[in-house]
Amino acid sequence: MILNYLGNFALLFCLIISLVIFITSISSLNNKNFFLKKNLNELLFFKFFFAVLSFSSLIILFVISEFSNETVLNNSHISKPLFYKISGTWGNHEGSLLLWLLVLTFFAFFYYLNSKNRPIDERLLTILFQEVIILGFLFFLLKASNPFNIIYPVPKEGLGLNPILQDPLLAIHPPVLYLGYVTTSIVFSSSLAGLIKGNINNLWAKDIKKWVFISWTFLTLGILLGSIWAYYELGWGGFWFWDPVENISLMPWLSLTALVHCVLALEKRSILHSWTVILSIITFTLGICGTFLVRSGILNSVHTFANDPERGLYILFFLFFLIFLSVFIYFIYEDKFELNNKNLNLYTKETSIILNNWFVMYFLSVILIGTVYPIFLEVLSNEKISVGPPFFNKLIIPFLIPFLIFMSIGPNLKWIKNNYFSKKLKLIIIFILSIILSTLVSKFFGNTALNITILLAASFYLFIITIKDLIKKGFKNYSQTISHFGFSLLVLSILLNSIFSNEITSNMRVGDEIKFSDKIIKLEKLENTTEANFLKLIAYFKIEEKNKTELVLEPEIRIYDKPETITSEAAIKTDIFKDRFLVINLVKENEYLNVRYQEKPFMLWIWISAIIISLGGIINIFKKNEKQIL
Amino acid sequence: MKNRYYKYSIVIFLIFTFFIFYYGLKEKNIYTPDDIKTKKFPNLILNDFYTNSETSFDDILIGSNYYLVNIWASWCLPCREEHPYLVQLKKNSSIKIIGINYKDKRDNALKFLDEYENPYLIILTDNNGMASIEIGAYGVPESFILNKEKKIIKKIIGPIDKKKFNEIKELIKK
Repeated sequence: MILNYLGNFALLFCLIISLVIFITSISSLNNKNFFLKKNLNELLFFKFFFAVLSFSSLIILFVISEFSNETVLNNSHISKPLFYKISGTWGNHEGSLLLWLLVLTFFAFFYYLNSKNRPIDERLLTILFQEVIILGFLFFLLKASNPFNIIYPVPKEGLGLNPILQDPLLAIHPPVLYLGYVTTSIVFSSSLAGLIKGNINNLWAKDIKKWVFISWTFLTLGILLGSIWAYYELGWGGFWFWDPVENISLMPWLSLTALVHCVLALEKRSILHSWTVILSIITFTLGICGTFLVRSGILNSVHTFANDPERGLYILFFLFFLIFLSVFIYFIYEDKFELNNKNLNLYTKETSIILNNWFVMYFLSVILIGTVYPIFLEVLSNEKISVGPPFFNKLIIPFLIPFLIFMSIGPNLKWIKNNYFSKKLKLIIIFILSIILSTLVSKFFGNTALNITILLAASFYLFIITIKDLIKKGFKNYSQTISHFGFSLLVLSILLNSIFSNEITSNMRVGDEIKFSDKIIKLEKLENTTEANFLKLIAYFKIEEKNKTELVLEPEIRIYDKPETITSEAAIKTDIFKDRFLVINLVKENEYLNVRYQEKPFMLWIWISAIIISLGGIINIFKKNEKQIL
Repeated sequence: MKNRYYKYSIVIFLIFTFFIFYYGLKEKNIYTPDDIKTKKFPNLILNDFYTNSETSFDDILIGSNYYLVNIWASWCLPCREEHPYLVQLKKNSSIKIIGINYKDKRDNALKFLDEYENPYLIILTDNNGMASIEIGAYGVPESFILNKEKKIIKKIIGPIDKKKFNEIKELIKK
């Protein structure tokens, strides 16, 4: 009980300190010798401390199942395992906002400690913008979604009973994603501060680069975890459904990816100032926009239920306040960029980075339109539609081909000037090689669609060239080569996966056999067992392959006893080169089982390549700064 | 000059987006997934709240065009909020209201009904909460509206407020 008050008061203290920092940092901008500069460290630390206090009280409330707390009541249950009680803390709206706040306050403190080589004005301004964001979250938490609401009389049991939501991946996926989102706030604040002070230059880029990479790495990993969860839990063998909530996490990642390249160009060559600032603004506002779309219930998606329009309204106002604030600041101070009229040569790294930006912007706008178009249509014409995979496939795939080719060539060009023609022959040879390779692969597996063959050729091209770079460049620029290699592997695995996925559906009895290419799938036996509140039916399948070891798969059907609720648990066997996915269903009033067997090649490599991509980011975070090329 | 136009157009575009989102929030957003729409209400067997005799839903869901199954508890504060609407809805002849008393103490529940009037035709008890899980409830209070064929046509998560009350009235008018 007392923890409810403790958590609540800790939040209030956070608010007070935040207001103090806000007001005093405004006054110290005018009066440079204000006392605050010395004490800012401590104030930021105390704010962080109170956020920790508040968050840990909520965790303890969850652990001891204190149902006088409304959040705990709605999201926990006495019989939940401890791990899920703890992860339940951030698995709901109120708790996740508190986690946002915690990470925000931590990074504000951490930024201030680690930015001593920046001008004090810029640091103060950054903290000021950061404080605006923190205040927005604090007001929202205290007014519209307080995690410490008290319920009296105290209920004896919690309501968080849905066992389907208890999944380890679902427990760690949101915090990782949040870490990514929140770090973009630092980039956002710092770029606005730099803009006002006219500090956006190569030195600024060198300092902010670290933050960009941290947030990019976390976002990559967060999306990966979400995707793996979708594959194992929701999956009928799919890992990306173009669901609005998935798109929302992908959009900031795309703009952040463009930002990563811009920051590097700004650092090395002092170009793309405005790109960098605009992308910083876009990335952060897309993150908040995502929160708005998910939390307000304006979107129809599997991820959003039980939502509150009042909360949506608050986030909407906050979002547009931030957008207008940054847009006006940008318009007013836009002239302060240190522009240097450097001529851009066609065959240079600079040009390919700009090209990359435009491609990414295009992909971003396709996804943005696909995601928010249903809302526009509903408001303007009252029609309800949902945009599905065909839309995205049609608009993205054709542009993916030139994008992959440019991505293969770009990193091989040099800054400033390039003697492109010396390498031309080698690149062309590889290109022809990859066309031959993809034609062979297509022919061999009986796929004749021309666009797929071309796409395959482009991804083979990128794949071969990144491997060549990885070997040739070695340790020179390995964070880039590793990430690019990971990306090419990702595209290739996704492509091969979607082309060569194969499945068979059939009705089978015990003892039946079906043929699937050169394999024989045999239903050996069925077994019944009784569990606590359900009956388990296990089917033993044997898959025999010529000259190979046999494989046994054991999918289950669970029949919950009271009403006839039937769930299927798929059996997934993951191998290096393919996943085998078997799921059974009962056929009504029949002794037959409906069997669906899928072979999904390179599934594992999709996950591995995403890990490789983020590995490149991690390496860059810990890498020492390189020399300037100016 | 050109510069100024692009600034204006960006600001106007953003304002436009804001209003679209703003009105999007105000839109009715009753979204029922397709699988729920066609889902038949499970035939559970529960004990009657007053007589403690075993009662199956098939015996109750007879003789009306619509049914409202309401999950409630005396310890649940939002249930008190929605209670007046249920009492009002009782007067409507085309709908039968059935209560499921969720994880409650019998004495408290009786006190609750005494104090606030009983809107339910029949009350069943769900002491361990299993039945509510099977129905597919997220929490208390929650209401399911069923049609003649015992199909779930609407699910209301959380208390019935004025807006949802009007929606229900619209729904059962047809």
